[in-house]
Amino acid sequence: MWTRALALLVWLMLALSGCSSEPAVLRLATTTSTEDSGLLDVIVPDFERKHDATVEVIAVGTGQALKLGEAGDVDVVLVHAREQEDAFVAAGYGVDRRDVMYNDFVIVGPPSDPAAVSGETDAVAALERIADAEAVFVSRGDDSGTHVKEQQLWEAAGLTPSGPWYQSVGQGMGETLTIADEQQAYTLSDRATFIARQGEGADLVIASEGDEQLYNPYGVIAVNPDWHDGIDEELAAAFADWLTSPATQDAITDYRLNGEQLFFVAGS
Amino acid sequence: MLVSALRHALELIVRGDPQLWEIVLLSLGVSGSALLLAALIGIPAGAWLGLRPFRGQAWLTTLVYTGMGFPPVVIGLLVYLLLSRQGPVGALDWLFTPTAMIMAQTILAVPLVTGVTMSAVRAVDPALRPQLRSLGATDRQIVRTVLTEARQGVLVGLVAGFGAAISEVGAVMLVGGNIEGRTRVLTTAIVLETRQGRFDVALALAAILFLLALVANALVVRLQTRLR
Repeated sequence: MWTRALALLVWLMLALSGCSSEPAVLRLATTTSTEDSGLLDVIVPDFERKHDATVEVIAVGTGQALKLGEAGDVDVVLVHAREQEDAFVAAGYGVDRRDVMYNDFVIVGPPSDPAAVSGETDAVAALERIADAEAVFVSRGDDSGTHVKEQQLWEAAGLTPSGPWYQSVGQGMGETLTIADEQQAYTLSDRATFIARQGEGADLVIASEGDEQLYNPYGVIAVNPDWHDGIDEELAAAFADWLTSPATQDAITDYRLNGEQLFFVAGS
Repeated sequence: MLVSALRHALELIVRGDPQLWEIVLLSLGVSGSALLLAALIGIPAGAWLGLRPFRGQAWLTTLVYTGMGFPPVVIGLLVYLLLSRQGPVGALDWLFTPTAMIMAQTILAVPLVTGVTMSAVRAVDPALRPQLRSLGATDRQIVRTVLTEARQGVLVGLVAGFGAAISEVGAVMLVGGNIEGRTRVLTTAIVLETRQGRFDVALALAAILFLLALVANALVVRLQTRLR
């Protein structure tokens, strides 16, 4: 009785695992910004159709996305922190980094603008004003690409933000914007996620935008297949090819959220 | 990796990293307060539900049992909506404060304390109450005596409530915001460190969480033997 039940269980597990191995699965670690913006939902089905594959998206901060690649837990990463990406490739964890697209960061804050930042196009000066006014600023604090950018800006301002007005929450962009909205605080966000949240009713506005330092390039990197077993090298390369192909690049440019273009490709 | 992470975890604990202790103390403070509140609400409620039958008792019991298995993240969502700027009591400015976390954990722990107290009270010899009454005891005295008889069970309820509160992550993340130095507790810190790939720190925090649970339970077991 027990042996038969066990045999049935084993058979079931084999049958189920057999089902899931077809079609092929590509594990993609990416930043919360690409997922939250809704871009992947729109463009990825085309890849899945063309390659008879399922793309499993793991949306985390850039720091963790690269760690997942380092550990061989994913086949490919799509992130936005150029220095960390280059270090990742230099260390041999990834191969063949390619430019995919870019969007930009914006400093957002409450409509009441207590630090009088509105209209300031110099991002560093904007942060200085926030620090001077000790207006509440919510930081990602999670080693993500956005957090790294924010730290670079504070450094450029020659400031080490601390005190009750500076709140490091260690959460994703969506959550951070929610917290900033609730507290009517300032934060640094990628434009895509911010526009998505504004569409959901977040009571925040863009306080500063347009600084060259807020430029935010995304790169795709295939995980080095030599270091780990089970990396789908072919599918990862196919994904990078597809992502940088003219058709997909057009789809990225055409993507609109609440009527706004969120991502730009090189030369557009 | 597990071994090196464990070693680093030990180092952090032994070194007594100040940020680490801040997180531990906040965890204990929040969950301790929640337990106290849950005890103040849950023990009387459990005694009332367990002592004598009344109309709607079965319905209320079902509600309590459901509450014992209620998803904490849903509690977090409800507390969030309550305290949100657009919520009914948004003016209190409690969202993203330890107070909000205590609220969520209290709501989580109350059904556990209530349910276990209720069961323990029902398990007390039913002949005890008429006996006490015939001896001329007041309602208040009867409740106190029955609760004393059921103290082992009540204690288990309190431990269960504390365990659920301190190990909960979804609700405190939502209503606390995981703000460094203000609302970051052990569980939310573990999530953050894991997400950043700092597994050694995450493991150190996990070890402390485990130790706290161990100490709390050891205390209860000792207390139980003494009460016996």
